Amino acid sequence: MKIKGKVWKFGKNIDTDVIIPARYLNTSDPEELAKHCMEDADPDFSKKINPGDIIVAGKNFGCGSSREHAPIALKAAGIGCVIAPTFARIFYRNAFNMGLPIFECDKTVSALGEGDEVEVNADTGEIRDLTTGDVFRAQPIPPFMQELIADGGLIPHVLKSL
Amino acid sequence: MTIAEKILAAHAGLDSVEPGQLVEVDVDFALGNDITAPIAIKTFRQTKVNAVFDREKIALVADHFVPNKDIMSAEQARLLREFAAEQGIVHHYDGGESGVEHVLLPEKGLVLPGDVVIGADSHTCTYGAMGTFATGVGSTDLAATMITGKTWFKVPESIKFVYKGKLRPWVGGKDLILYTIGDIGVDGALYMAMEFTGPVIDSMSMAGRFTMSNMAIEAGGKVGLINPDNTTLNYVTDRAVRDFTVYRSDEDGRYAKVIDYDCSKIEPQVACPHLPENTKGISELGNVPLDQVVIGSCTNGRLEDLALAADIISGRHVSKGLRLIVLPTTPTVYIQALEKGFLTTFLNSGAVIGPPTCGPCLGGHMGVLAKGERALSTTNRNFVGRMGHPESEVYLANPAIAAASAVLGRIGSPDEL
Repeated sequence: MKIKGKVWKFGKNIDTDVIIPARYLNTSDPEELAKHCMEDADPDFSKKINPGDIIVAGKNFGCGSSREHAPIALKAAGIGCVIAPTFARIFYRNAFNMGLPIFECDKTVSALGEGDEVEVNADTGEIRDLTTGDVFRAQPIPPFMQELIADGGLIPHVLKSL
Repeated sequence: MTIAEKILAAHAGLDSVEPGQLVEVDVDFALGNDITAPIAIKTFRQTKVNAVFDREKIALVADHFVPNKDIMSAEQARLLREFAAEQGIVHHYDGGESGVEHVLLPEKGLVLPGDVVIGADSHTCTYGAMGTFATGVGSTDLAATMITGKTWFKVPESIKFVYKGKLRPWVGGKDLILYTIGDIGVDGALYMAMEFTGPVIDSMSMAGRFTMSNMAIEAGGKVGLINPDNTTLNYVTDRAVRDFTVYRSDEDGRYAKVIDYDCSKIEPQVACPHLPENTKGISELGNVPLDQVVIGSCTNGRLEDLALAADIISGRHVSKGLRLIVLPTTPTVYIQALEKGFLTTFLNSGAVIGPPTCGPCLGGHMGVLAKGERALSTTNRNFVGRMGHPESEVYLANPAIAAASAVLGRIGSPDEL
């Protein structure tokens, strides 16, 4: 699996209230949530991004609440994957359960530039900056987890095997 | 082994476990609220499974956007109601029976020492104060547990925090946990079990302990555990709806780190915008004028918190132009606060009394901030936009500081009154 898109950079400790503010949690409709994704950090974020674009952030991405609406909003907005040195525990689990690929890599935060064209290979964990030619490594996503992501998350994946 | 390891081993049917080991465990209790349960319910229905694993071991608590704040919230609360009726869920709380989940469930004796509890709410770690392995999960994980009665965990490493020394005036559990988060950072315990120990914890009330365990997640912790003692048993014994087992850490338990704090050096703490780790001692703060003060939430909305605040505000008046909002967290807390006269005290001081709800803590309703406004709150998060407009500000502190600040019109201590 390869993910290719433009980099959008954010700082450390991006919390779930920034990813999807609680004032929009009166719905769990992915399309509605997507409209407000990252709104408090960048009001026009959901309009500016293209499918496959990549969020590159600092440590502890997704800290705060357990709301699954956060990875749902990112995925529905078209985010192809998130790369950060570390992810908050609940967000990490929710991201895979929702079928949003995430990669832990501590070098990319400073190295990748906003707007760079980047390709991530989930099989090898290779993160290639097509703009600069730089290459970084994250843990690859094992085949069964890639299948889970391709199926759209844990539940569709489990249902398929029933 | 540590208490975290012992509980996980027992629930995995193993004699022992090691940090890093993946285990499948039986879940004693699972919960969701009106924001997170709707996704879990939709997911549950997708699977075409007919029945939940145990209708007595699941709680559905409508507490975040209730009383329904708008039509869409009303639909979410209704979904809980319908699903509870359809599945015969025993512990569905709604309307006048409902309260803030992490105060309500311990109060009703539904979550107990030695349990494994998962909740689709990050502050599920609150129950760690009773020696419960309790942690927040997403809605999909809740759905899976509603079906199977199980979940999987990576056994966390533990950090032991030892609190010693004599507490200064107006310092309580909130100050100790804010100080700790300020020290180790909002990811200082990422993926790990926090264990709160020492003579200060031994002599702390359950209310203070719940406050500390509640904010373990604010340091990235998986759980915030306190070894059960007589204080725990006095709290739990008469409420417990089932048998429970007490686990305590062994003297030779393995810890990734042991951190000692001399509490005699800790003054009341305030977390400044926009992270709980941005803590300062109250004396370092300077002049911070306020538009609103909130006393409530799963962190600091228990009877003891209201008693402390009422005692300080008694005979005084809220500063002109400031809104003080007090939210007792459960019907029982509300009745007791009423009978003890706390609510009259608050009303006489010019406060607004709200119903038991999470409401303003997450900018839902009952006290949302306008652009540029500043609040001090006894809640747990001060992220950007947490209580309203993205350009509003939230400071976190204990109920004594909150009450004094409401009178002063700026952040301050009861000593200044």
